[in-house]
Amino acid sequence: MLLLLLGIIILHVAVLVLLFVSTIVSQWLVGHGYATDLWQNCSVSTTSNVHHCFFSSANEWLQSVQATMILSVIFSVLSLFLFFCQLFTLTKGGRFYITGVFQILAGLCVMSAASIFTVRHPEWHLNSDYSYGFAYILAWVAFPLALLSGVIYVILRKRE
Amino acid sequence: MAPGAPSSSPSPFLAVLLFSSLVPSPVQAIVVYTDRVVHGAVGSRVTLHCSFWSSEWVSDDISFTWRYQPEGGRDAISIFHYAKGQPYIDEVGTFKERIQWVGDPRWKDGSIIIHNLDYSDNGTFTCDVKNPPDIVGKTSQVTLYVFEKVPTRYGLVLGAVIGGVLGVVLLLLLLFYLVRYCWLRRQAALQRRLSAMEKGKFHKSAKDSKRGRQTPVLYAMLDHSRSTKAASEKKSKGLGESRKDKK
Repeated sequence: MLLLLLGIIILHVAVLVLLFVSTIVSQWLVGHGYATDLWQNCSVSTTSNVHHCFFSSANEWLQSVQATMILSVIFSVLSLFLFFCQLFTLTKGGRFYITGVFQILAGLCVMSAASIFTVRHPEWHLNSDYSYGFAYILAWVAFPLALLSGVIYVILRKRE
Repeated sequence: MAPGAPSSSPSPFLAVLLFSSLVPSPVQAIVVYTDRVVHGAVGSRVTLHCSFWSSEWVSDDISFTWRYQPEGGRDAISIFHYAKGQPYIDEVGTFKERIQWVGDPRWKDGSIIIHNLDYSDNGTFTCDVKNPPDIVGKTSQVTLYVFEKVPTRYGLVLGAVIGGVLGVVLLLLLLFYLVRYCWLRRQAALQRRLSAMEKGKFHKSAKDSKRGRQTPVLYAMLDHSRSTKAASEKKSKGLGESRKDKK
């Protein structure tokens, strides 16, 4: 039982870390000498080896990607908090519904962020020479994990 | 309104305050505030805000002057003037029919509206305020950009999405708990009524049992009497019969 609890918490924390990293790290799109994320475009000039970062555009779709990523982080943090609350307050045999619902919401948010980014990024990212960076992949990895941990929360019953 | 304007406007104000507090002799200076950048769509209108801070009371001789310098142009032309309580629109330039005065000196407001924007209106507008005797001070400039479609301000969609989703989730949660609370209360009330009914049933049944027992007793007696009657009849009949038999 303790092992299961530990496993769930580790899974949740892993999801949180993935969400944070994919939100913050500037590696959503990488190309020759530059990398962009949701917040800024950074380029490394090969001659002087200087990092230049500019703010990303104010494109509406990019903003909604940012918003959904932030929302997923918020929901996941809230879910972890609620899990600890429910761990001590829930009656025996009760289910972690609220925790699970928030975690599933976090998963859906990160999914919508990644899919909006996938579909709409040519609108603000005009350079055609690119490949997806690891932060983008982490966002996609975070989606099933968050969903899985949310479903586990919903299925789980509390034991004494 | 430019995103940088609200954050940038207090700093000169503070600087002036600091300056005036540091310098012992009272320096009279007027500080004019405008937005930094204003965006407008073609054919629409745009409000150019202008306000000021002055150490003096707002006098009757207050004057506002708006000057316009086209993008890439060298010389600024005066396009609007307000003095002695009267707005004057200069008869030169492309703005003469398109300017509307919406300011109010009592509120330290010298704003104007420019109607029917065109791409050629791109440029810098300068607001100058003189509040005698407070006439020394810097002017403030606002740059107008005319677009086919006004770009949304950064953070608008971001805030709207975050706020909207959080609001909806909060609302749903609240609704859920409200419904559950109501349901539980109803359930509890039902339970109470049920238990009360059960108790009442006991009472009633206790009461009823008296009456119920009475009536059955009566019935029973009736029945009994009937049966006894019948029995007696039978008996008598039987007797008669027996008598008959005897006979």
